[in-house]
Amino acid sequence: MLAETTRPAAVRDTAPRLGFLRSWDTAIIIAVLLSIAVASATVTGFASPRNTGFLLIDLIPILLLALPMTLIILTGEIDLSVASVAGFVSCVFGSLWGAGLSLELIIPLCIVLGAVSGAVNGVLVSVLGLPSLAVTIGTLALYRGLAFVVLGDQAVTSFPRAITSGLQAKIGASGIPVWIIPVVILAIIFGVVLHFTGFGRSLSAIGYSEEAARFAGIRVAQTKFWLFIISGAVAALVGIWWTLRYGSARGDNATGLELSVIAAVLLGGVSIFGGKGNLPGVIAGVVLLGILRNALQLARVPEDTLSMLTGGLLILAVVAPNAIAWSRTLSRRSSTP
Amino acid sequence: MKLSSKPGARRATPIVVALVTGLSLALTACGGTTVNSGSSGGAGGSTATASANPDAPLKEGLKIAFLPKQLNNSYFTVTDRGGKTAVGEFKGVFSEVGPSEASASSQVSYINTLTQQGTDVIATSANDPKAICSALDEARSGGAKVVTFDSDTDPECRDIYINQATAEGIAATQVKLISEAIGADGGDIGILSATANATNQNAWIALMKKELEKPEYSKLKLVATVYGDDNAQKSQQEVQALLQQHPTLKGIISPTTVGVAAAAQYLSGSEYKGKVQLTGLGFPSQLKEFVKNGTMKSFALWDVEKLGYLTAYAGAALASGQITGAEGEKFKAGDMGEFEVGANGVVLLGDPTVFTADNVDKFNF
Amino acid sequence: MTTLALNRQPSAAWLGTLTRSREFSVFLALAILVTATVAANPRFLSAQSTKDLLLNSSILVILAVGQAIVIVTKNVDLSVGSVLGLTAFATGKIFIALPDLPVIAMLAIGIGLGALLGAVNGALIAVAKVPSLVVTLGTLYIFRGVDFAWAQGQQINPSNLPESFLALGSGAVLGLPYLALIALAVVIAFGLYLRNYRSGREFYAIGSDVLAARLYGIGVGRKVFTAFAISGALAGLAGVIYAAKYGNLDATAGQGLELNVVAAAVVGGVAIAGGVGTVYGAAIGAVLLTTITSALPVLGVSPFWQRAMIGALILASIALDRYLALRTERRLRGHDKHAG
Repeated sequence: MLAETTRPAAVRDTAPRLGFLRSWDTAIIIAVLLSIAVASATVTGFASPRNTGFLLIDLIPILLLALPMTLIILTGEIDLSVASVAGFVSCVFGSLWGAGLSLELIIPLCIVLGAVSGAVNGVLVSVLGLPSLAVTIGTLALYRGLAFVVLGDQAVTSFPRAITSGLQAKIGASGIPVWIIPVVILAIIFGVVLHFTGFGRSLSAIGYSEEAARFAGIRVAQTKFWLFIISGAVAALVGIWWTLRYGSARGDNATGLELSVIAAVLLGGVSIFGGKGNLPGVIAGVVLLGILRNALQLARVPEDTLSMLTGGLLILAVVAPNAIAWSRTLSRRSSTP
Repeated sequence: MKLSSKPGARRATPIVVALVTGLSLALTACGGTTVNSGSSGGAGGSTATASANPDAPLKEGLKIAFLPKQLNNSYFTVTDRGGKTAVGEFKGVFSEVGPSEASASSQVSYINTLTQQGTDVIATSANDPKAICSALDEARSGGAKVVTFDSDTDPECRDIYINQATAEGIAATQVKLISEAIGADGGDIGILSATANATNQNAWIALMKKELEKPEYSKLKLVATVYGDDNAQKSQQEVQALLQQHPTLKGIISPTTVGVAAAAQYLSGSEYKGKVQLTGLGFPSQLKEFVKNGTMKSFALWDVEKLGYLTAYAGAALASGQITGAEGEKFKAGDMGEFEVGANGVVLLGDPTVFTADNVDKFNF
Repeated sequence: MTTLALNRQPSAAWLGTLTRSREFSVFLALAILVTATVAANPRFLSAQSTKDLLLNSSILVILAVGQAIVIVTKNVDLSVGSVLGLTAFATGKIFIALPDLPVIAMLAIGIGLGALLGAVNGALIAVAKVPSLVVTLGTLYIFRGVDFAWAQGQQINPSNLPESFLALGSGAVLGLPYLALIALAVVIAFGLYLRNYRSGREFYAIGSDVLAARLYGIGVGRKVFTAFAISGALAGLAGVIYAAKYGNLDATAGQGLELNVVAAAVVGGVAIAGGVGTVYGAAIGAVLLTTITSALPVLGVSPFWQRAMIGALILASIALDRYLALRTERRLRGHDKHAG
């Protein structure tokens, strides 16, 4: 979305290999460690098992959505519809539950529904060749609208307490929520696929130059199509999680979450133009935003300041890597006469 | 598995429950201080276990936090102002936190933060009766007292609910005001509500329908209910559509502050001014122009500032051990006098006030 | 269907051009919607409801014009809702401080404040060379945060605003509301500027091919900066108008509006990929979206369908654009073959 796309000079910089953590990712990871240290020392109540639990459980939906979002942004596309898919799935989940179906049946159905919702984005983007920004703004409105069509003014809240409170369980005295474990496993799977398989590497190649990727034999359209399906399926998981965690299925569930997810992914060093970025950086971005929010809330920083800070960090996330790139280019130029 | 004991409960979806609770138990078995959110939840407002000491003095230095549905909402700005006054009177520490958008789950992280800060009283108006329950359970097991006001949660999730006015009282007042404004001939009326899933609104609308069945209102006919989502533009457009669809419409009831202000603003600049009557629940400060220029004759609202004031005192009485939330207990709320806890831990503020051109200038909210 | 039938007749060439234009298809959709609604309820086009329709759409039309200019340069401005909210609140605060301020001066202040906020976006995008999607998403949060911090929950009431200012919001001359006239003036002014002036056409050059535009000597950064300043200025104007129209306002005015604004431009045929579209199209798109909101209740469609229909309309519009572009491309190619 920029008139003049400034691409990094060397292609090898863009290959997403773990060994080549670029300086921005390192900076973010250091920022996470620093913020933990500073918050633990200065904010009362931050470093405690209970607060760890609060912090981590709020990260689950954003972390989940950030995984496929990273892959999609790496290919130079975007998916703004994820939170609406989650809301839509939440409502369908609620109405199926209200109709008396069992969870064993509802959960797979909902994941399929999410995948189909994602496939609609995928067809429009990869088959018809429409810009994903416009397509997913459209489906953002469409799926949120369908969520309200499904449940209307109703909220389904008749979920058994055993399940809703079971989701809050912690690992022993550590305060770490049990359900972060499957999320971490999923993150590892995404990380391995992205960084250690040909498929993963092809994503950055697509984002860097679609034409070159096509010449190299990568099936660009097919790849993007599958990414949108994965994104829809993961969004469905978030919809299910949201419904059960809050014990309430309603039309406005997860509204606006897409902005937090994209903010975290970009803060994690993924270029909005595609082609560069890696998963450890993104996870650090998600965690950093979560820690800052939690610690500043505990320190009684008002909501308006938090809002400004989120916006500021987002801008910093795109300005800073550019500044780093410039300084590198400058130093490279000066060293090679 | 407790869930199957509930009459009409779902068959126990055994695999999922086993998975959820099994994984939870397996991992929690080794540790001590797990917060079990289920344990304290059973103790409802009216079945509190601790005994009350009505003579206990109000403690000083109580940390009392107001968590409205949404910050920057003028209604809650006023309630929280009342709360702050009260907290100042009994020398507590007041704070106000909240989300910038009123969504069901957005209040949870604020409740968590308040729990972590060791807040003594959480006074909240719930965006969803269920979504914040487990967070409130955790707060209560951490020692906090929970008072809801304006919009209640499920009764077992809080200690006391301060009801601004009985739903029956609100419905009766609204119907009476529109009937008086339209006159003896009656006619068609419509309702402009807030969002379609606002619990309060729907309860009031249901009771208004019941009220309209009374013989004295036989000439009033409710033809439509529309939803303005508490958004000024949407509310105006819904009113316009309502008027187009029902050319014979004589009056509109809008029991929401945003809706009634938007409707008044539209009617006063349109050909319908003075011909289509309007009443609702609104702020004197927002509507005084319109009762003076003839757009509307009267409207109602409870004393919003006192609602916050009473909420803060109820919280302090709970935290000081004066009351536990059981039916029949009494506490003193500063200069408002004595209040009694009713069934289900509900305390009633009083009757709504009716505002007309004559008295509207006397109120400062 | 009409387009296919007509473009074969040379005598009706101008008609063909008109009906083939993207603006016409949006206009047709609007006409069908209005006709269907009037058929369901003739009062939909009564004097009062026509006035209501014009009043309701004027704010979105003004914002859509600014957005169209930004999107034409292959950028996007997501901060318009926050800019509107901030200027609307500022309007109330300024009138409380200076009750005798002339309305025209207030409009100028609003435009100036909006242009300043737009310039912040423009500077970050043009100078720091960062993507507009991210920058304006950031300033969406920041401007709203400033608004919240300033308001602290306060509310502006109609009694805080001068009578003459509130009259601007609901008054009309010859049956046309002032606000609609302002919106119309904005549309025509920018429509003429973009079409007939070299500096106006340069926006399209940047959006179509930035390298070619640069080779041609166009100051790309300055041009992008200008586009954002214009979008901000128009959002500022819309903020003042918002205050006049609603009278009651708090810091949440315009929250979530950016989506409707982008949707209006896209539905009106302004391509997200840049270089294509007109402010007229965006303006008709804005009127269409507003009319949907007003028409659905009249047509008896459940209000819950409204958002879903807007989403479907966006998708249909971009698919239509794609189809038209492919057809043009095919026709041009066919032409080349004949020539060669």
